[in-house]
Amino acid sequence: MLQHEFVSAAAIAASVLFILSLGGLSNQEKAKRAVWYGIVGMAIAVVFTALGPNVGGYGWLIPMMLVGGLIGAWLSRKVEMTEMPQLVAALHSFVGLAAVFIGWNAELERARVVAIQAAGVSFDGLSAFASTLAHKTPAELTFLQVEVVLGVFIGAVTFTGSVVAFAKLAGKIGGQPHKLPGGHWLNAAAMALVLLLAIAYLNGAGLWTLLVLAVLAFFIGWHLIMGIGGADMPVVVSMLNSYSGWAAAAIGFTLSNDLLIVTGALVGSSGAILSYIMCKAMNRNFVSVILGGFGGTQGPAAEIEGEQIAIDTAGVASALNDADSVIIVPGYGMAVAQAQNAVSDLVRKLRAAGKEVRFGIHPVAGRLPGHMNVLLAEARVPYDIVLEMDEVNDDFAKTDVVIVIGSNDIVNPAAQEDPASPIAGMPVLKVWESKQVFVCKRGQGTGYSGIENPLFFKDNTRMLYGDARSSIDSLVGMID
Amino acid sequence: MKIGAPKELARGEARVALTPESAQQIQKLGHECLIESGAGKLAGFDDETYREAGVSVIGSAEALWREADVVIKVREPVETEIDRLRAGQTLITFFWPAQNEASLERCRAQGATVMAMDMVPRISRAQKMDALSSTANIAGYRAVIEAGNQFGRFFTGQVTAAGKVPPAKVLIIGAGVAGLSAIGTATSLGAVVRAFDVRPEVAEQIESMGAEFLFLDFEDNQDGSGSGGYAAPSSPEFREKQLALFREQAPDVDIVITTALIPGRPAPKLWLEDMVAAMKPGSVIVDLAAEKGGNCDLTVADERIVADNGVVVIGYTDFPSRMATQASLLYATNIRHMLSDLTPEKDGVIHHDMEDDVIRGVTVTHAGEITFPPPPPKVKAIAAAKPKAKVKEPTPAEKKAAEHAAFQAQSKRQMGILIAGGVLMWLLGMVAPASFMQHFIVFVLACFVGFQVIWNVSHSLHTPLMAVTNAISGIVILGAVLQIGSGSWLVGLLAGISVLIASINIVGGFLVTRRMLAMFQKS
Repeated sequence: MLQHEFVSAAAIAASVLFILSLGGLSNQEKAKRAVWYGIVGMAIAVVFTALGPNVGGYGWLIPMMLVGGLIGAWLSRKVEMTEMPQLVAALHSFVGLAAVFIGWNAELERARVVAIQAAGVSFDGLSAFASTLAHKTPAELTFLQVEVVLGVFIGAVTFTGSVVAFAKLAGKIGGQPHKLPGGHWLNAAAMALVLLLAIAYLNGAGLWTLLVLAVLAFFIGWHLIMGIGGADMPVVVSMLNSYSGWAAAAIGFTLSNDLLIVTGALVGSSGAILSYIMCKAMNRNFVSVILGGFGGTQGPAAEIEGEQIAIDTAGVASALNDADSVIIVPGYGMAVAQAQNAVSDLVRKLRAAGKEVRFGIHPVAGRLPGHMNVLLAEARVPYDIVLEMDEVNDDFAKTDVVIVIGSNDIVNPAAQEDPASPIAGMPVLKVWESKQVFVCKRGQGTGYSGIENPLFFKDNTRMLYGDARSSIDSLVGMID
Repeated sequence: MKIGAPKELARGEARVALTPESAQQIQKLGHECLIESGAGKLAGFDDETYREAGVSVIGSAEALWREADVVIKVREPVETEIDRLRAGQTLITFFWPAQNEASLERCRAQGATVMAMDMVPRISRAQKMDALSSTANIAGYRAVIEAGNQFGRFFTGQVTAAGKVPPAKVLIIGAGVAGLSAIGTATSLGAVVRAFDVRPEVAEQIESMGAEFLFLDFEDNQDGSGSGGYAAPSSPEFREKQLALFREQAPDVDIVITTALIPGRPAPKLWLEDMVAAMKPGSVIVDLAAEKGGNCDLTVADERIVADNGVVVIGYTDFPSRMATQASLLYATNIRHMLSDLTPEKDGVIHHDMEDDVIRGVTVTHAGEITFPPPPPKVKAIAAAKPKAKVKEPTPAEKKAAEHAAFQAQSKRQMGILIAGGVLMWLLGMVAPASFMQHFIVFVLACFVGFQVIWNVSHSLHTPLMAVTNAISGIVILGAVLQIGSGSWLVGLLAGISVLIASINIVGGFLVTRRMLAMFQKS
């Protein structure tokens, strides 16, 4: 058994390693080392805590860890890069569920300790957690109850919210927003009940209040995320990421464990910043995204004049053969069509022909922050030609050909030109400034937000209809 | 169907309506191609090349007219050609129906369908058949080249050991297709180019080609784009202002290229005698409107005139024909696109769809009737320029003040947050036990560190960031580890499940992050 001081020292080391791990993600090369910091930090944290004072039940603990580890390893090997959003959502749900269980356990243990204290029996044979509890003052125990309520509530919302997000991202349920009749009033009513139950619990109403509270929180999480459409998922996933952190931090308070608090706070703020970046990239208010539905239009959108002109792959190929600089703007459609490898082949061929080829990535392209970068990396596109919106937006005017693959709203000029548009003010990639734009799209029609895209009607835009993957594949063959 | 291209009869016309390249494409539509022997010679395509492309070479024009179902030509038909037309035959050519009413009537009487390539409506879909644009493009280019031929100096400015050479100053009047093409050519030769047009909405196009737009500040600027992308006649007041602007430019510019045309009217006189007189000796004027009377007072069609003060005025009207190969290639492609619109099934059968906007617009006689003029095009060529609100450039002092105000506001906000946070901590400290406060401070600090660290994460690594935070949020496993040793079976069970799922998180999260990061490669 290790001494308590030793465990604390290990906790400090682990906290530092986690911070280094997150900080290392500032660039691709450092990141490869940074992930090792995280792994080592986690190993130190788990091993030293498990060997700490009053931890028992190894016969149960070790097999569970092994099985969990094996499942995790299998999952990480099997998952396709296009399925990353689902995986991330699923993993969030685990943290949420674990937080709920640990919260319940804390209450069970607290009740036991109080009972033992009342009976005046010795404290031998309790878990590490219970023995910490035994040394707490009554005031601290009351505060502990507040922390338990928070932990269970956040954990439960995270759990069902992530399950719904997972199901939506995996296409198991439709991406359309659904709300029960009553909408947000139902959520508000559930919240009010949760508050009542929490007060009852703090006044000693017992375990059942916590159980009902969790059920209500499950409902809130489910209903909240059901009401949000598929394309708002980058924000939702980041938000759930943040929640899973706050849940861990709340559990840390319950257990008086600083390492949990620090880690939870790191994860929570990371998710919060990601949500903020995503919202800003869509020029939307965080609250309006979470409350679901698209922000109301401010008036009729400007009429679009002109027509969409189709082109065949041969036409695109000849334009590409003539071009010196090309920018490719991928979106969720590229992930859906699994076109990233075809795109990568195209890029390799164009680059071999001495053309300057770059990618322009909008922050909310795809269903997860940074989703496109990972897909392109998987297809072996070098990351130094994959640029952010701000890096590439001024270069469109100097570009010969832009290929838009499966994105719509993120290249919509209405966001900048038409103040009445529902997405007015959203920063977009100014592809229309280039000499020629090819839009690779399944068919005519509007994007998920149902907004007509004037880009498709511009004089320098040509539409390449059809499946992105087969279109790009046939393009590859036609590049000299 | 048999598509046949005869030799052009107009004097000096070197172009041809069918090239070996376009013939191959037309054959893909299911048609058969014929050409009169020697028709492509002046444009650089000999009979042998045509034969290689699968075209039947016909000995005489008469035989060709007899055999072909569709005759494609460049210039409007002359008398003998109209006589050769027969009922059911289609003629595709430049026709100028407004100016050639007599020929139009005769073609109708012959029962033939005539499609005038100069009538292609100016809508996006029809751009590929817009022969006027492709011809104008060539004319604009060639105008600059001709001017360079006459002009005694460099276009581009140079500093050489033998002294400094100033760049040539080129003024281009009318920024239609020809004007824009001339701007592009002149700027790429290194000249300083200015351009003027009565339609203010083309300013952007002019600037995009690298020229300076001469802005005429005139109230009630007319919307010249109303008639399908062509300019309309202007009011006398406007004209006066315009001429004053040109008079101001005349002594300064070295080369003037005028391209101003108004459909169906003589060309407006824009470069008057006194302006020519004001120009420097050796300057060159190229008048692309010479065929319609010229924009310059001194212009004589098809002639090179030297004014008294040594200014050269070029009035050639055959610029496209002077570049017969290029012109034929482009024109034949326009014709080929027209044929492919006429053959939607690609089965070699012409389907003359009078409901189609483009085909309707082009057809001037059909089924024994004159179908000219066509109804106006439904789609506007250029969207009317939206009135731009003038944004005032802030002065440096204003900028500085604004920055200072923003900084102050930020400081105030930060102070506010700090004070509010401090008060909150104090209130919390009143009720919460000391041990909680200790943890709470750790929590706040950790949030702070988190915010500082995460802002530096590269956008492209956001997905790995989420995966890694996923893995480390598996730290809740510690809670379960601390509880699992409890004597209670229920606590043990719940803790066990928590350990299981948190382990999935930790291992899965880290491994998938590693997998992702390994994929990021530098080129």
